[in-house]
Amino acid sequence: MAETMERADNPELKPVIGPSALGGGWRRFLDLLLLISVNDFRKTYFGTALGYIWSLARPLMLFAVLLFVFTKIFRIGSEVDHYPVLLLFNIVMISFVQEATQTAVVSVVNQEGVVRKTHFPRLVIPLAVVLTAFFNFCANLVAVFVFVVAFGVTITWTWLLFPVIAAFLFVFSLALSMLLASLYPRFRDVGIIWSVAVTALFYATPVLYPLEIVPSQYMDLVMLNPLAPIFEQARHWIIDPGAPGAVAAAGGWVHLLPAIAIYLAICVVSILVFRREAPRIAEEL
Amino acid sequence: MVVEVRNVSKTFRIPDQKVDSLKERAVHPFRKRSFRELEALKDISFDVHEGEFFGIVGLNGSGKSTLLKILGSIYRADRGTIRVAGRMAPFIELGVGFNPEMDARENIVLNAVMMGLSRREAEAIVPSVLEFAGLEQFAELKIKNYSSGMLVRLAFSVMVEAEADIMLIDEVLAVGDAAFQQKCEDVFHDLREAGKTIILVTHDMASIEKFCHRAMMIHDGKVSFLGSPEEVSEWYLRANFVERDERPGFHPGASDDGDDAHVVDAWMSDPEGNRIENVHEGEDFNVNAVVEGIRDFEDPVVEFGVTDQGGSHVFAFRSRLAETGIDSIGPGERVKFSAEVKNLLRPGRYYVHAQAFADGGSKDLRMRALRIADFVVFGTDVGSGFVKLVDDVDVVRTEEGS
Repeated sequence: MAETMERADNPELKPVIGPSALGGGWRRFLDLLLLISVNDFRKTYFGTALGYIWSLARPLMLFAVLLFVFTKIFRIGSEVDHYPVLLLFNIVMISFVQEATQTAVVSVVNQEGVVRKTHFPRLVIPLAVVLTAFFNFCANLVAVFVFVVAFGVTITWTWLLFPVIAAFLFVFSLALSMLLASLYPRFRDVGIIWSVAVTALFYATPVLYPLEIVPSQYMDLVMLNPLAPIFEQARHWIIDPGAPGAVAAAGGWVHLLPAIAIYLAICVVSILVFRREAPRIAEEL
Repeated sequence: MVVEVRNVSKTFRIPDQKVDSLKERAVHPFRKRSFRELEALKDISFDVHEGEFFGIVGLNGSGKSTLLKILGSIYRADRGTIRVAGRMAPFIELGVGFNPEMDARENIVLNAVMMGLSRREAEAIVPSVLEFAGLEQFAELKIKNYSSGMLVRLAFSVMVEAEADIMLIDEVLAVGDAAFQQKCEDVFHDLREAGKTIILVTHDMASIEKFCHRAMMIHDGKVSFLGSPEEVSEWYLRANFVERDERPGFHPGASDDGDDAHVVDAWMSDPEGNRIENVHEGEDFNVNAVVEGIRDFEDPVVEFGVTDQGGSHVFAFRSRLAETGIDSIGPGERVKFSAEVKNLLRPGRYYVHAQAFADGGSKDLRMRALRIADFVVFGTDVGSGFVKLVDDVDVVRTEEGS
């Protein structure tokens, strides 16, 4: 008892800041993030007998259908070098963005119990979703690279630059996810709007078509989409060194500036919105 | 001092019309959005000391759960500061964040990390949690296959073994079977003995009196009382009585039509003459009423009766006005009655009724006014019977008697 009294004389009181994006310290933030995303990832891969196959099945099915349509019916593909590989590679990349953002939209609402009943760093929720999708993406890439090599694409040193592409995609998906997840509790139609937007994004991004066949008067319009230069650069680095690359396809650095501005704007807005909404999310649910 | 709360306020803005789609906002961008403000907490301040078992009580909607959520960093306070020494973990509900697809072991780690343990610490407590919950043989079972009882045991065990410095507990005691509740009680006793700091939010006055060193009552978002558990539970019972029905006091319009007089006011007062709505057990009080005449009648007798909530007559008193020199109550004339009541009443709610008769008797009914007023006797005495006539009983061993 004496010891208790002594400690009571010298308390180290620290202010309680309340709920926030990162609340509870970095160590706890990272522990929770890793636990949740790794568990979710393991669940998809080891939860079912054919875990890995299933997660590959979706992009592969899409790939098979699109490959048939665009090489046998529309024939755009037949004029492009390594079209099948490019198509598969693009599908896996766009699938990551789609999966991450669409799961993230409802993530905060799905984790209602945690948000309303524990002290939980809000950012962990969308971030864990994006991270899980990213693990899936990486696992799918293993299969894709096997295809890439099998189709006779030459391995170059620029493959080492792929993490840059992955980082750009990750940040973009995370920014959108934070924005969507924090708005959804207040505006439930965000979910519907985004499911349409994600399809639009699929066609607005050079997934099915190579950038150089876009008519020049529309090039600046297509290049407003931040994903367009990212995909084109990935093609240049990984699949076809002969392809123009982001800067050349856009027609110079200046033409890339709008896309860069939009990319940065989405990041900044998402951080601002999330920071503003994070402390209040529990009250909105 | 390990928890310091200063001037904490919280207002919820409740939109009159919830706009929950972007479409609404886009279609009516300039529509004024009106809010109803609900002040859940107003200027709350208190301290909790190290090793203290601190109770927070309040009626539904008093703001006690909001306070707990603000302490637990789930809501953010609008104003005021909270400072805490050590690791504080809220337990609003057991098993929050459990993932049904994962086994017990993984859930224990996840749950413990949520409560602020590091991963290594969390992994270290897994065996003791399983042992405490008695679930060792189910460690590898996905918890979606657990029974609800097993889940509760698991969640409770994590809470206990995670050993937060300060635990914020919201009525988790109210779950589980009797054996589990007993276990909870034992744990609370152990935690109390071990000098843990615990803040318990509850409706249950028995656990307040059993465990708490101090307690606080919140009413309408304000601290209405802070003190010993016994005093707080008395305040709580009193508030509970007042809130449950309509407020005590005068209820006009209870007279029958065609009466020759009516009651225009009725109230309780303390011995100093101040109007009161409630009275503490054992404290004497006055029953007062003003009766106004409508039509003249001869030799009036006015009788007041008091019944309990079950409708049983507890006591009555009557006065023949002629004995005090008042022959009649003419139209518009008023007479005030004031009766001193020796308060032997058991705690509870009581109703006052009035009747008037003509000709100095009790046959010719001229006025009948039911439930003209009610009042609450509050206290902790729970004996049976209408009144408390016996304070002490002498008990000795004896050889007397046949």
